[in-house]
Amino acid sequence: MKIKAIAFIVFAFFILLAAVRMHPFGDISHSTMDDYMIENGQNDTAANNIVTSVVFDYRGYDTLGEATVLFTAIAGVLVVLRREKNE
Amino acid sequence: MSIVVRTIASSIFPMALIFSFYVIMHGHLTPGGGFQGGAIAASAVVMLLAAHGYKRMESKLSMDGLSFVESTGAIIFVVVGLAGLIAGVSFMYNLLVGSPIFGYVPHGANGGYLNSGGILPILNLAVGLKVIAGLSSVVLAMILFTEGEE
Repeated sequence: MKIKAIAFIVFAFFILLAAVRMHPFGDISHSTMDDYMIENGQNDTAANNIVTSVVFDYRGYDTLGEATVLFTAIAGVLVVLRREKNE
Repeated sequence: MSIVVRTIASSIFPMALIFSFYVIMHGHLTPGGGFQGGAIAASAVVMLLAAHGYKRMESKLSMDGLSFVESTGAIIFVVVGLAGLIAGVSFMYNLLVGSPIFGYVPHGANGGYLNSGGILPILNLAVGLKVIAGLSSVVLAMILFTEGEE
């Protein structure tokens, strides 16, 4: 019981700390990465669309995972809905 | 469904396919890309299936064909990714930047050139094929495997 109370107090302390120290809403955050991509995106990937540059080039590995998620979802649908031929 | 719905669905279908192809191939110039364009084409297929019914479309859509197209898209994606690794840089490295095809875009604001983007158009096409075949095969599976149930 005592341990639970202590754990709760510690947890609440960190939650309150996070709430107090939270980034002000609407304030500009660090933009180093954005600036780099806006400045060098065209030279690095030869594409005008920065979003596509990020999705397919800078974060291409992510998109491979996304395609894998799609593949897994379709495989799951086929496995769940499949019926035996001889039934 | 009625002949009005069937006729309009048949005549809208090519336009939807063209729009989807436009969204896929202009993925490096305008908003959109492989996933979005593939979803448009898959919805066109669903529209045809809803209008004509599965019986009339049976000869034109097959599960094996859709599986083949989806696997082709996945293989193109991985091979293009591995090409960067084989060239000695890193996985998914944009090999084609600086080459004559897809290689160059002027710095700064410009109207956009289709012949740019490095490997991005190829990857968009691969993902587009994958999404078209994948979503169509989900709908086809739902039709095929729930047929005859109460």
